[in-house]
Amino acid sequence: MKITEQEIRRVAELANLALTDDEVAQMARDLSGILTHVDKLNELDTTGVEPMAQVLVHTEDAAGETATLREDRERPPLGNHDALANAPLAGSGYFKVPKVIER
Amino acid sequence: MTGPLDGHTIDSIRSGLLEKKFSAEELARAALTFAEAENPKTNAYLTFAPERALAAARAVDEKIAAGIDPGPLAGVPIGVKDVIVTRGLRTTCGSRLLANYIPPYDATAVIRLEQAGGVLLGKTNCDEFAMGSSNENSAFGPVRNPVALDRVPGGSSGGSAAVVAQGTATLSLGSDTGGSIRQPASFCGVVGVTPTYGRVSRYGLTAFASSLDHIGPFSRTVRDSARLLQVIAGRDEMDSTSAFAPVPDYAASLDEGLDGNLRGKRIGLPKQFFEGLASETGDLILRAVDVLKKLGCEVREIELPHTQYAVACYYVIATAEASSNLARYDGVRYTARASSSATLAEMYRVTRNEGFGAECKRRIMLGTYVLSAGYYDAYYLKAQKVRALVARDYAQAFEQVDAIVGPVSPFPAFKLGEMVDDPVAMYLSDIYTITGDLAGIPCMSVPCGTTGEGLPVGLQIFARHFDETEMFRLADTYERFAAS
Repeated sequence: MKITEQEIRRVAELANLALTDDEVAQMARDLSGILTHVDKLNELDTTGVEPMAQVLVHTEDAAGETATLREDRERPPLGNHDALANAPLAGSGYFKVPKVIER
Repeated sequence: MTGPLDGHTIDSIRSGLLEKKFSAEELARAALTFAEAENPKTNAYLTFAPERALAAARAVDEKIAAGIDPGPLAGVPIGVKDVIVTRGLRTTCGSRLLANYIPPYDATAVIRLEQAGGVLLGKTNCDEFAMGSSNENSAFGPVRNPVALDRVPGGSSGGSAAVVAQGTATLSLGSDTGGSIRQPASFCGVVGVTPTYGRVSRYGLTAFASSLDHIGPFSRTVRDSARLLQVIAGRDEMDSTSAFAPVPDYAASLDEGLDGNLRGKRIGLPKQFFEGLASETGDLILRAVDVLKKLGCEVREIELPHTQYAVACYYVIATAEASSNLARYDGVRYTARASSSATLAEMYRVTRNEGFGAECKRRIMLGTYVLSAGYYDAYYLKAQKVRALVARDYAQAFEQVDAIVGPVSPFPAFKLGEMVDDPVAMYLSDIYTITGDLAGIPCMSVPCGTTGEGLPVGLQIFARHFDETEMFRLADTYERFAAS
Protein backbone atom coordinates (compact mmCIF):
# COMPACT_ATOMS: atom_id res chain seq x y z
CA MET A 1 0.00 0.00 0.00
CA LYS A 2 1.50 3.32 -1.15
CA ILE A 3 0.46 6.41 0.70
CA THR A 4 0.81 9.83 -0.97
CA GLU A 5 2.12 13.06 0.53
CA GLN A 6 -1.32 14.52 0.02
CA GLU A 7 -2.85 11.78 2.18
CA ILE A 8 -0.15 12.33 4.80
CA ARG A 9 -1.13 16.02 4.98
CA ARG A 10 -4.79 15.09 5.43
CA VAL A 11 -4.00 12.59 8.22
CA ALA A 12 -1.65 15.08 9.93
CA GLU A 13 -4.57 17.53 9.97
CA LEU A 14 -6.74 14.90 11.69
CA ALA A 15 -3.95 14.07 14.16
CA ASN A 16 -3.26 17.74 14.96
CA LEU A 17 0.39 17.56 13.92
CA ALA A 18 1.99 20.50 12.06
CA LEU A 19 4.45 18.33 10.11
CA THR A 20 7.19 20.11 8.16
CA ASP A 21 7.63 19.41 4.44
CA ASP A 22 10.60 17.15 5.18
CA GLU A 23 8.59 15.25 7.77
CA VAL A 24 5.72 14.79 5.31
CA ALA A 25 8.07 13.22 2.76
CA GLN A 26 9.71 10.97 5.35
CA MET A 27 6.34 9.99 6.81
CA ALA A 28 5.02 9.02 3.36
CA ARG A 29 8.00 6.67 2.91
CA ASP A 30 7.77 5.19 6.43
CA LEU A 31 4.02 4.64 6.44
CA SER A 32 4.10 3.14 2.94
CA GLY A 33 6.67 0.61 4.16
CA ILE A 34 4.69 -0.27 7.26
CA LEU A 35 1.35 -0.48 5.42
CA THR A 36 2.89 -2.76 2.80
CA HIS A 37 3.69 -5.16 5.61
CA VAL A 38 0.22 -4.65 7.15
CA ASP A 39 -1.37 -5.68 3.82
CA LYS A 40 -0.32 -9.20 4.80
CA LEU A 41 -3.46 -9.33 6.94
CA ASN A 42 -5.52 -9.57 3.75
CA GLU A 43 -4.07 -13.03 3.08
CA LEU A 44 -6.31 -14.28 5.88
CA ASP A 45 -9.98 -15.11 5.46
CA THR A 46 -11.62 -13.75 8.61
CA THR A 47 -15.23 -14.38 7.59
CA GLY A 48 -17.27 -15.18 10.69
CA VAL A 49 -14.47 -14.31 13.13
CA GLU A 50 -15.63 -12.10 16.02
CA PRO A 51 -13.31 -9.09 16.45
CA MET A 52 -11.38 -9.20 19.73
CA ALA A 53 -11.66 -5.80 21.39
CA GLN A 54 -10.40 -6.85 24.81
CA VAL A 55 -8.86 -9.77 26.62
CA LEU A 56 -10.89 -10.43 29.72
CA VAL A 57 -14.20 -11.29 28.10
CA HIS A 58 -12.34 -14.21 26.54
CA THR A 59 -11.25 -15.59 29.89
CA GLU A 60 -13.00 -17.09 32.87
CA ASP A 61 -12.49 -13.89 34.80
CA ALA A 62 -15.22 -11.93 33.09
CA ALA A 63 -17.40 -11.71 36.20
CA GLY A 64 -20.47 -10.76 34.18
CA GLU A 65 -21.49 -7.54 32.55
CA THR A 66 -21.42 -5.54 35.76
CA ALA A 67 -17.69 -6.12 36.22
CA THR A 68 -16.96 -2.72 34.72
CA LEU A 69 -19.43 -0.81 36.89
CA ARG A 70 -18.41 0.39 40.32
CA GLU A 71 -20.81 1.40 43.03
CA ASP A 72 -22.08 4.94 42.45
CA ARG A 73 -21.06 6.90 45.52
CA GLU A 74 -19.64 10.30 46.32
CA ARG A 75 -15.92 10.73 46.67
CA PRO A 76 -13.62 13.72 46.74
CA PRO A 77 -12.55 14.95 43.29
CA LEU A 78 -9.02 15.97 42.33
CA GLY A 79 -9.78 19.61 43.16
CA ASN A 80 -9.35 22.77 41.14
CA HIS A 81 -5.84 23.61 42.39
CA ASP A 82 -4.36 20.17 41.63
CA ALA A 83 -6.16 19.92 38.30
CA LEU A 84 -4.63 23.22 37.14
CA ALA A 85 -1.19 22.68 38.66
CA ASN A 86 0.35 21.40 35.41
CA ALA A 87 -1.40 23.83 33.08
CA PRO A 88 0.99 25.88 30.94
CA LEU A 89 -1.38 28.82 31.39
CA ALA A 90 -4.20 29.13 33.92
CA GLY A 91 -6.17 31.97 35.46
CA SER A 92 -9.22 32.53 37.67
CA GLY A 93 -9.53 28.78 38.16
CA TYR A 94 -9.59 27.92 34.46
CA PHE A 95 -7.29 26.60 31.76
CA LYS A 96 -6.43 29.49 29.43
CA VAL A 97 -6.09 28.93 25.68
CA PRO A 98 -5.58 31.19 22.63
CA LYS A 99 -8.61 32.82 21.04
CA VAL A 100 -11.07 30.24 19.69
CA ILE A 101 -13.55 32.46 17.83
CA GLU A 102 -12.43 35.10 15.34
CA ARG A 103 -14.60 38.21 14.89
CA MET B 1 32.43 -2.32 40.57
CA THR B 2 30.73 -3.84 43.60
CA GLY B 3 27.67 -2.11 44.93
CA PRO B 4 25.60 -2.22 48.12
CA LEU B 5 22.83 -4.24 46.46
CA ASP B 6 25.04 -6.94 44.91
CA GLY B 7 23.83 -10.40 45.84
CA HIS B 8 20.74 -9.04 47.58
CA THR B 9 17.23 -10.37 47.14
CA ILE B 10 13.98 -9.45 48.89
CA ASP B 11 14.62 -12.28 51.38
CA SER B 12 18.24 -11.36 52.12
CA ILE B 13 17.31 -7.72 52.72
CA ARG B 14 14.53 -8.78 55.03
CA SER B 15 16.78 -11.01 57.10
CA GLY B 16 19.52 -8.36 57.13
CA LEU B 17 17.02 -5.88 58.56
CA LEU B 18 15.53 -8.25 61.11
CA GLU B 19 18.98 -9.42 62.25
CA LYS B 20 20.07 -5.75 62.52
CA LYS B 21 22.97 -6.19 60.11
CA PHE B 22 21.91 -2.91 58.53
CA SER B 23 18.97 -0.53 58.74
CA ALA B 24 16.64 0.24 55.86
CA GLU B 25 17.85 3.83 55.96
CA GLU B 26 21.51 2.75 55.71
CA LEU B 27 20.73 0.50 52.77
CA ALA B 28 18.67 3.20 51.02
CA ARG B 29 21.43 5.81 51.53
CA ALA B 30 24.10 3.44 50.22
CA ALA B 31 21.93 2.44 47.26
CA LEU B 32 21.19 6.08 46.37
CA THR B 33 24.85 7.11 46.62
CA PHE B 34 25.93 4.19 44.47
CA ALA B 35 23.12 4.66 41.93
CA GLU B 36 23.82 8.39 41.54
CA ALA B 37 27.54 7.69 41.04
CA GLU B 38 26.98 4.87 38.52
CA ASN B 39 24.09 6.43 36.59
CA PRO B 40 26.17 8.47 34.11
CA LYS B 41 27.44 5.18 32.61
CA THR B 42 23.98 4.01 31.55
CA ASN B 43 21.55 6.97 31.90
CA ALA B 44 19.10 4.45 33.34
CA TYR B 45 17.56 6.73 35.96
CA LEU B 46 15.94 10.00 34.88
CA THR B 47 14.99 11.23 38.35
CA PHE B 48 16.11 10.26 41.84
CA ALA B 49 13.74 10.50 44.80
CA PRO B 50 16.05 10.69 47.85
CA GLU B 51 13.56 12.31 50.24
CA ARG B 52 10.81 9.89 49.39
CA ALA B 53 13.16 6.89 49.55
CA LEU B 54 14.65 7.84 52.91
CA ALA B 55 11.23 8.57 54.42
CA ALA B 56 10.01 5.14 53.29
CA ALA B 57 13.16 3.49 54.66
CA ARG B 58 12.81 5.23 58.03
CA ALA B 59 9.18 4.08 58.22
CA VAL B 60 10.40 0.50 57.76
CA ASP B 61 13.03 0.94 60.49
CA GLU B 62 10.41 2.36 62.87
CA LYS B 63 8.11 -0.59 62.25
CA ILE B 64 10.89 -3.07 62.95
CA ALA B 65 11.85 -1.19 66.13
CA ALA B 66 8.21 -1.30 67.24
CA GLY B 67 7.94 -5.02 66.51
CA ILE B 68 5.47 -4.49 63.65
CA ASP B 69 5.74 -6.51 60.42
CA PRO B 70 7.51 -4.12 58.02
CA GLY B 71 5.80 -5.64 54.95
CA PRO B 72 6.75 -8.11 52.23
CA LEU B 73 9.05 -5.66 50.38
CA ALA B 74 10.57 -4.14 53.54
CA GLY B 75 13.50 -1.88 52.69
CA VAL B 76 13.86 -3.15 49.12
CA PRO B 77 15.19 -0.45 46.74
CA ILE B 78 12.97 -0.19 43.66
CA GLY B 79 13.08 1.75 40.37
CA VAL B 80 9.85 2.65 38.61
CA LYS B 81 9.52 3.22 34.86
CA ASP B 82 8.82 6.83 34.08
CA VAL B 83 5.49 6.09 32.37
CA ILE B 84 4.03 5.14 35.79
CA VAL B 85 2.87 8.22 37.67
CA THR B 86 4.19 9.19 41.09
CA ARG B 87 2.56 11.90 43.17
CA GLY B 88 4.76 14.96 43.49
CA LEU B 89 7.62 13.24 41.63
CA ARG B 90 8.37 14.25 38.05
CA THR B 91 7.04 11.73 35.51
CA THR B 92 8.24 12.41 31.97
CA CYS B 93 7.21 9.34 29.95
CA GLY B 94 10.55 9.89 28.19
CA SER B 95 8.96 12.84 26.37
CA ARG B 96 9.90 16.50 25.97
CA LEU B 97 6.17 17.22 26.33
CA LEU B 98 6.20 16.08 29.96
CA ALA B 99 9.70 17.21 30.94
CA ASN B 100 8.23 19.16 33.87
CA TYR B 101 5.08 17.15 34.60
CA ILE B 102 4.41 16.57 38.32
CA PRO B 103 1.53 14.08 38.69
CA PRO B 104 -1.15 14.80 41.31
CA TYR B 105 -1.60 11.10 42.22
CA ASP B 106 0.22 7.76 42.56
CA ALA B 107 -0.38 4.73 40.34
CA THR B 108 -2.03 1.84 42.19
CA ALA B 109 1.05 -0.37 41.68
CA VAL B 110 3.23 2.33 43.28
CA ILE B 111 0.85 2.73 46.24
CA ARG B 112 0.89 -1.03 46.78
CA LEU B 113 4.65 -1.45 46.64
CA GLU B 114 5.21 1.46 49.03
CA GLN B 115 2.57 0.11 51.42
CA ALA B 116 4.50 -3.17 51.35
CA GLY B 117 7.61 -1.40 52.63
CA GLY B 118 9.29 -0.93 49.23
CA VAL B 119 11.70 2.00 48.84
CA LEU B 120 11.20 3.94 45.59
CA LEU B 121 14.68 5.15 44.63
CA GLY B 122 13.75 6.93 41.40
CA LYS B 123 12.19 6.90 37.97
CA THR B 124 13.73 4.97 35.11
CA ASN B 125 14.36 6.05 31.53
CA CYS B 126 12.29 4.57 28.70
CA ASP B 127 11.31 5.06 25.07
CA GLU B 128 8.96 8.01 24.64
CA PHE B 129 5.48 6.93 25.81
CA ALA B 130 6.85 3.34 25.83
CA MET B 131 7.16 3.28 22.04
CA GLY B 132 10.31 1.52 20.96
CA SER B 133 12.44 -1.61 21.19
CA SER B 134 15.83 -0.07 21.98
CA ASN B 135 15.33 2.84 24.40
CA GLU B 136 16.78 5.15 21.74
CA ASN B 137 13.47 7.05 21.51
CA SER B 138 13.79 8.78 24.88
CA ALA B 139 13.88 12.58 24.73
CA PHE B 140 16.45 12.39 27.55
CA GLY B 141 19.00 10.29 25.69
CA PRO B 142 19.32 6.56 25.24
CA VAL B 143 20.03 4.06 28.00
CA ARG B 144 23.20 2.00 27.62
CA ASN B 145 23.21 -1.71 28.38
CA PRO B 146 25.17 -2.29 31.62
CA VAL B 147 26.44 -5.59 30.23
CA ALA B 148 27.96 -3.91 27.13
CA LEU B 149 27.90 -0.13 27.20
CA ASP B 150 28.03 0.28 23.40
CA ARG B 151 24.77 -1.66 23.07
CA VAL B 152 21.11 -0.89 23.68
CA PRO B 153 19.37 -2.28 26.78
CA GLY B 154 16.25 -3.07 24.75
CA GLY B 155 13.01 -1.21 25.08
CA SER B 156 10.81 0.26 25.93
CA SER B 157 11.50 -0.47 29.64
CA GLY B 158 15.27 -0.22 29.04
CA GLY B 159 15.97 1.80 32.18
CA SER B 160 14.04 -0.59 34.42
CA ALA B 161 15.98 -3.59 33.07
CA ALA B 162 19.28 -1.72 33.29
CA VAL B 163 18.95 -0.62 36.95
CA VAL B 164 18.43 -4.23 38.06
CA ALA B 165 21.31 -5.47 35.88
CA GLN B 166 23.55 -2.64 37.07
CA GLY B 167 22.79 -3.27 40.74
CA THR B 168 21.34 0.21 41.23
CA ALA B 169 17.97 -1.27 42.27
CA THR B 170 16.94 -4.69 43.55
CA LEU B 171 13.60 -4.60 41.75
CA SER B 172 11.89 -2.41 39.22
CA LEU B 173 8.54 -1.91 37.54
CA GLY B 174 8.23 -1.74 33.78
CA SER B 175 5.38 -1.77 31.32
CA ASP B 176 4.78 -4.10 28.39
CA THR B 177 2.53 -3.50 25.38
CA GLY B 178 4.34 -5.55 22.72
CA GLY B 179 7.38 -6.93 24.56
CA SER B 180 8.67 -3.91 26.46
CA ILE B 181 9.42 -5.89 29.64
CA ARG B 182 10.60 -9.25 28.27
CA GLN B 183 12.88 -7.95 25.50
CA PRO B 184 14.95 -5.60 27.72
CA ALA B 185 15.05 -8.31 30.41
CA SER B 186 16.51 -10.66 27.80
CA PHE B 187 19.01 -8.04 26.55
CA CYS B 188 20.21 -7.14 30.07
CA GLY B 189 20.24 -10.65 31.55
CA VAL B 190 17.56 -10.18 34.21
CA VAL B 191 14.11 -11.64 34.89
CA GLY B 192 11.14 -9.73 33.44
CA VAL B 193 7.48 -10.64 33.77
CA THR B 194 4.41 -9.61 31.77
CA PRO B 195 1.47 -10.81 33.87
CA THR B 196 -1.96 -11.75 32.50
CA TYR B 197 -3.78 -8.72 31.08
CA GLY B 198 -5.79 -7.25 33.96
CA ARG B 199 -3.74 -9.00 36.68
CA VAL B 200 -2.17 -5.67 37.70
CA SER B 201 -4.14 -2.43 37.75
CA ARG B 202 -3.23 0.02 35.01
CA TYR B 203 -4.41 2.99 37.10
CA GLY B 204 -1.60 5.52 36.83
CA LEU B 205 0.12 3.79 33.91
CA THR B 206 0.23 6.42 31.16
CA ALA B 207 -1.95 4.91 28.44
CA PHE B 208 -0.26 3.77 25.21
CA ALA B 209 -2.54 1.00 23.87
CA SER B 210 -5.13 0.32 26.55
CA SER B 211 -6.17 -3.17 25.41
CA LEU B 212 -2.51 -4.30 25.41
CA ASP B 213 -0.82 -2.37 28.26
CA HIS B 214 0.55 -4.23 31.32
CA ILE B 215 2.63 -3.28 34.36
CA GLY B 216 5.10 -5.97 35.45
CA PRO B 217 8.23 -6.66 37.52
CA PHE B 218 11.97 -6.94 36.84
CA SER B 219 14.35 -8.69 39.25
CA ARG B 220 17.53 -10.75 39.52
CA THR B 221 15.65 -13.92 40.46
CA VAL B 222 12.35 -15.51 39.45
CA ARG B 223 11.31 -15.68 43.10
CA ASP B 224 11.71 -11.91 43.54
CA SER B 225 9.52 -11.20 40.52
CA ALA B 226 6.90 -13.57 41.94
CA ARG B 227 7.02 -11.71 45.25
CA LEU B 228 6.75 -8.29 43.63
CA LEU B 229 3.84 -9.43 41.46
CA GLN B 230 2.17 -10.77 44.61
CA VAL B 231 2.20 -7.24 46.05
CA ILE B 232 0.98 -5.31 43.01
CA ALA B 233 -1.55 -7.81 41.59
CA GLY B 234 -5.27 -7.91 42.26
CA ARG B 235 -8.52 -6.12 41.61
CA ASP B 236 -8.46 -2.32 41.83
CA GLU B 237 -11.62 -0.27 41.74
CA MET B 238 -9.74 2.47 39.88
CA ASP B 239 -9.20 0.23 36.80
CA SER B 240 -12.38 -1.36 35.52
CA THR B 241 -10.34 -3.83 33.44
CA SER B 242 -8.41 -5.14 36.45
CA ALA B 243 -9.30 -8.75 37.16
CA PHE B 244 -11.39 -10.08 40.06
CA ALA B 245 -9.57 -13.44 40.04
CA PRO B 246 -7.96 -14.06 43.44
CA VAL B 247 -4.15 -13.76 43.58
CA PRO B 248 -2.57 -17.09 44.57
CA ASP B 249 0.44 -17.30 46.90
CA TYR B 250 3.16 -17.51 44.22
CA ALA B 251 6.12 -17.93 46.59
CA ALA B 252 4.39 -20.75 48.48
CA SER B 253 3.94 -22.68 45.26
CA LEU B 254 7.63 -22.19 44.51
CA ASP B 255 8.46 -23.70 47.91
CA GLU B 256 6.42 -26.77 46.96
CA GLY B 257 8.56 -27.18 43.83
CA LEU B 258 11.96 -26.99 45.49
CA ASP B 259 12.82 -30.60 44.65
CA GLY B 260 13.16 -29.56 41.01
CA ASN B 261 10.83 -32.23 39.78
CA LEU B 262 8.96 -31.19 36.65
CA ARG B 263 7.96 -34.74 35.69
CA GLY B 264 4.91 -34.87 33.47
CA LYS B 265 4.83 -31.14 32.69
CA ARG B 266 3.91 -30.77 29.04
CA ILE B 267 5.92 -28.08 27.28
CA GLY B 268 5.16 -26.82 23.78
CA LEU B 269 7.75 -25.54 21.32
CA PRO B 270 6.02 -23.43 18.66
CA LYS B 271 7.28 -24.57 15.28
CA GLN B 272 6.81 -21.01 13.95
CA PHE B 273 9.19 -19.59 16.59
CA PHE B 274 12.11 -21.76 15.55
CA GLU B 275 11.93 -21.43 11.78
CA GLY B 276 14.97 -19.45 10.69
CA LEU B 277 16.38 -19.20 14.19
CA ALA B 278 19.68 -20.85 13.28
CA SER B 279 21.80 -18.65 15.50
CA GLU B 280 23.52 -18.53 18.85
CA THR B 281 20.20 -17.39 20.29
CA GLY B 282 18.48 -20.46 18.87
CA ASP B 283 21.21 -22.75 20.23
CA LEU B 284 20.90 -21.28 23.73
CA ILE B 285 17.12 -21.70 23.69
CA LEU B 286 17.43 -25.34 22.61
CA ARG B 287 19.98 -25.94 25.35
CA ALA B 288 17.48 -24.55 27.87
CA VAL B 289 14.85 -26.89 26.45
CA ASP B 290 17.26 -29.79 27.07
CA VAL B 291 17.52 -28.74 30.72
CA LEU B 292 13.72 -28.78 30.98
CA LYS B 293 13.69 -32.28 29.45
CA LYS B 294 16.25 -33.47 32.02
CA LEU B 295 14.01 -32.09 34.77
CA GLY B 296 11.23 -34.35 33.54
CA CYS B 297 9.29 -32.13 31.14
CA GLU B 298 7.60 -33.74 28.18
CA VAL B 299 8.48 -31.52 25.23
CA ARG B 300 6.46 -31.49 22.03
CA GLU B 301 6.24 -29.33 18.94
CA ILE B 302 3.10 -27.21 18.65
CA GLU B 303 1.61 -24.93 16.01
CA LEU B 304 0.86 -21.22 16.41
CA PRO B 305 -0.11 -20.77 12.75
CA HIS B 306 -0.99 -17.06 12.88
CA THR B 307 2.36 -15.93 14.31
CA GLN B 308 3.46 -14.46 10.98
CA TYR B 309 0.50 -12.04 11.07
CA ALA B 310 1.07 -10.86 14.65
CA VAL B 311 3.36 -7.90 13.94
CA ALA B 312 0.99 -6.45 11.31
CA CYS B 313 -1.98 -7.03 13.59
CA TYR B 314 -0.22 -5.43 16.55
CA TYR B 315 0.96 -2.31 14.75
CA VAL B 316 -2.59 -1.57 13.59
CA ILE B 317 -4.25 -2.08 16.99
CA ALA B 318 -1.50 -0.53 19.12
CA THR B 319 -1.12 2.58 16.96
CA ALA B 320 -4.88 3.07 16.63
CA GLU B 321 -5.26 3.03 20.41
CA ALA B 322 -2.16 5.20 20.84
CA SER B 323 -3.41 7.86 18.42
CA SER B 324 -6.48 8.21 20.59
CA ASN B 325 -4.66 8.04 23.96
CA LEU B 326 -2.03 10.60 22.94
CA ALA B 327 -4.63 13.11 21.76
CA ARG B 328 -4.73 14.52 25.31
CA TYR B 329 -1.27 16.10 24.94
CA ASP B 330 -2.58 19.24 23.32
CA GLY B 331 -0.86 22.09 25.13
CA VAL B 332 -3.80 22.81 27.45
CA ARG B 333 -3.31 20.61 30.52
CA TYR B 334 0.11 18.95 30.49
CA THR B 335 2.87 21.54 31.00
CA ALA B 336 4.24 22.05 27.47
CA ARG B 337 2.82 24.57 25.01
CA ALA B 338 4.25 26.05 21.82
CA SER B 339 5.34 29.59 22.63
CA SER B 340 3.49 31.65 20.06
CA SER B 341 0.23 30.54 18.51
CA ALA B 342 -2.44 32.88 17.23
CA THR B 343 -5.29 30.38 17.37
CA LEU B 344 -6.27 27.33 19.41
CA ALA B 345 -5.96 24.97 16.43
CA GLU B 346 -2.48 26.23 15.61
CA MET B 347 -1.49 25.91 19.28
CA TYR B 348 -2.54 22.23 19.28
CA ARG B 349 -0.72 21.41 16.07
CA VAL B 350 2.53 23.22 16.80
CA THR B 351 2.72 22.05 20.44
CA ARG B 352 2.29 18.44 19.38
CA ASN B 353 4.70 18.61 16.47
CA GLU B 354 7.41 20.24 18.58
CA GLY B 355 6.76 17.98 21.57
CA PHE B 356 6.54 14.46 20.16
CA GLY B 357 9.60 12.62 18.86
CA ALA B 358 9.76 10.93 15.46
CA GLU B 359 8.60 7.47 16.58
CA CYS B 360 5.57 8.82 18.45
CA LYS B 361 4.57 10.92 15.43
CA ARG B 362 4.94 7.89 13.16
CA ARG B 363 2.65 5.83 15.38
CA ILE B 364 0.11 8.63 15.88
CA MET B 365 -0.03 9.07 12.10
CA LEU B 366 -0.37 5.35 11.40
CA GLY B 367 -3.05 5.01 14.08
CA THR B 368 -4.98 8.01 12.83
CA TYR B 369 -4.79 6.66 9.29
CA VAL B 370 -6.10 3.18 10.12
CA LEU B 371 -9.00 4.67 12.08
CA SER B 372 -9.89 7.31 9.48
CA ALA B 373 -13.10 7.21 7.45
CA GLY B 374 -12.98 4.51 4.79
CA TYR B 375 -10.11 2.56 6.35
CA TYR B 376 -11.56 1.43 9.70
CA ASP B 377 -12.95 -1.87 8.43
CA ALA B 378 -9.97 -2.67 6.22
CA TYR B 379 -7.40 -2.12 8.95
CA TYR B 380 -8.68 -1.81 12.52
CA LEU B 381 -11.57 -4.24 12.37
CA LYS B 382 -9.52 -6.67 10.29
CA ALA B 383 -6.69 -6.53 12.83
CA GLN B 384 -9.10 -7.17 15.72
CA LYS B 385 -10.29 -10.30 13.91
CA VAL B 386 -6.73 -11.47 13.34
CA ARG B 387 -6.06 -10.80 17.03
CA ALA B 388 -8.87 -13.24 17.83
CA LEU B 389 -7.14 -15.85 15.63
CA VAL B 390 -3.79 -15.33 17.39
CA ALA B 391 -5.53 -15.73 20.77
CA ARG B 392 -7.29 -18.86 19.50
CA ASP B 393 -3.92 -20.36 18.46
CA TYR B 394 -2.79 -20.13 22.08
CA ALA B 395 -6.08 -21.42 23.49
CA GLN B 396 -5.82 -24.48 21.23
CA ALA B 397 -2.16 -25.04 22.09
CA PHE B 398 -2.92 -24.92 25.81
CA GLU B 399 -5.32 -27.83 25.34
CA GLN B 400 -2.23 -29.96 24.67
CA VAL B 401 0.47 -28.36 26.84
CA ASP B 402 0.87 -26.69 30.25
CA ALA B 403 3.36 -24.07 29.11
CA ILE B 404 5.02 -22.84 25.94
CA VAL B 405 8.68 -21.86 25.63
CA GLY B 406 10.67 -20.09 22.96
CA PRO B 407 13.02 -17.18 22.30
CA VAL B 408 12.26 -13.60 23.41
CA SER B 409 14.08 -11.87 20.57
CA PRO B 410 15.67 -13.18 17.35
CA PHE B 411 19.02 -11.67 18.43
CA PRO B 412 20.81 -10.34 21.54
CA ALA B 413 21.38 -6.64 22.31
CA PHE B 414 22.46 -4.70 19.21
CA LYS B 415 24.68 -1.65 19.02
CA LEU B 416 23.30 1.85 19.57
CA GLY B 417 22.26 3.37 16.24
CA GLU B 418 22.41 0.06 14.41
CA MET B 419 18.67 -0.20 13.67
CA VAL B 420 17.26 3.33 14.01
CA ASP B 421 16.87 3.95 10.28
CA ASP B 422 14.64 0.97 9.58
CA PRO B 423 11.37 1.13 11.53
CA VAL B 424 9.92 -1.96 9.84
CA ALA B 425 12.94 -4.12 10.75
CA MET B 426 12.74 -2.81 14.32
CA TYR B 427 9.02 -3.67 14.49
CA LEU B 428 9.59 -7.17 13.04
CA SER B 429 12.10 -7.96 15.78
CA ASP B 430 9.15 -7.94 18.24
CA ILE B 431 7.66 -11.03 16.59
CA TYR B 432 8.07 -13.45 19.55
CA THR B 433 6.84 -11.10 22.25
CA ILE B 434 3.85 -9.49 20.51
CA THR B 435 1.71 -12.63 20.33
CA GLY B 436 1.65 -12.92 24.14
CA ASP B 437 0.29 -9.38 24.48
CA LEU B 438 -2.30 -9.91 21.76
CA ALA B 439 -3.58 -13.03 23.56
CA GLY B 440 -3.30 -11.37 27.00
CA ILE B 441 -1.58 -14.42 28.53
CA PRO B 442 1.19 -14.28 31.15
CA CYS B 443 4.71 -14.51 29.77
CA MET B 444 8.22 -13.83 31.01
CA SER B 445 11.89 -13.82 30.16
CA VAL B 446 14.37 -15.77 32.28
CA PRO B 447 18.12 -15.62 31.53
CA CYS B 448 19.37 -18.75 29.73
CA GLY B 449 23.03 -18.01 29.04
CA THR B 450 25.22 -15.68 27.03
CA THR B 451 26.55 -15.64 23.48
CA GLY B 452 30.24 -15.94 22.62
CA GLU B 453 30.47 -12.15 22.91
CA GLY B 454 29.06 -12.33 26.43
CA LEU B 455 25.62 -10.97 25.54
CA PRO B 456 22.69 -12.31 27.58
CA VAL B 457 19.82 -14.25 26.01
CA GLY B 458 16.42 -14.83 27.61
CA LEU B 459 14.16 -17.86 27.46
CA GLN B 460 10.52 -16.91 27.08
CA ILE B 461 7.82 -18.86 28.94
CA PHE B 462 4.09 -18.49 28.26
CA ALA B 463 1.25 -19.89 30.38
CA ARG B 464 -2.55 -19.88 30.41
CA HIS B 465 -4.50 -16.81 31.51
CA PHE B 466 -4.01 -16.29 35.26
CA ASP B 467 -1.65 -19.25 35.54
CA GLU B 468 1.41 -17.25 36.59
CA THR B 469 1.96 -19.99 39.17
CA GLU B 470 2.78 -22.56 36.49
CA MET B 471 5.03 -20.08 34.67
CA PHE B 472 6.97 -19.15 37.84
CA ARG B 473 7.35 -22.79 38.85
CA LEU B 474 8.91 -23.68 35.52
CA ALA B 475 11.14 -20.58 35.45
CA ASP B 476 12.27 -20.95 39.06
CA THR B 477 13.12 -24.63 38.63
CA TYR B 478 14.99 -23.90 35.42
CA GLU B 479 16.87 -21.02 37.07
CA ARG B 480 18.00 -23.14 40.01
CA PHE B 481 18.98 -26.23 38.03
CA ALA B 482 20.31 -24.74 34.78
CA ALA B 483 23.73 -24.04 36.26
CA SER B 484 24.20 -27.53 37.69
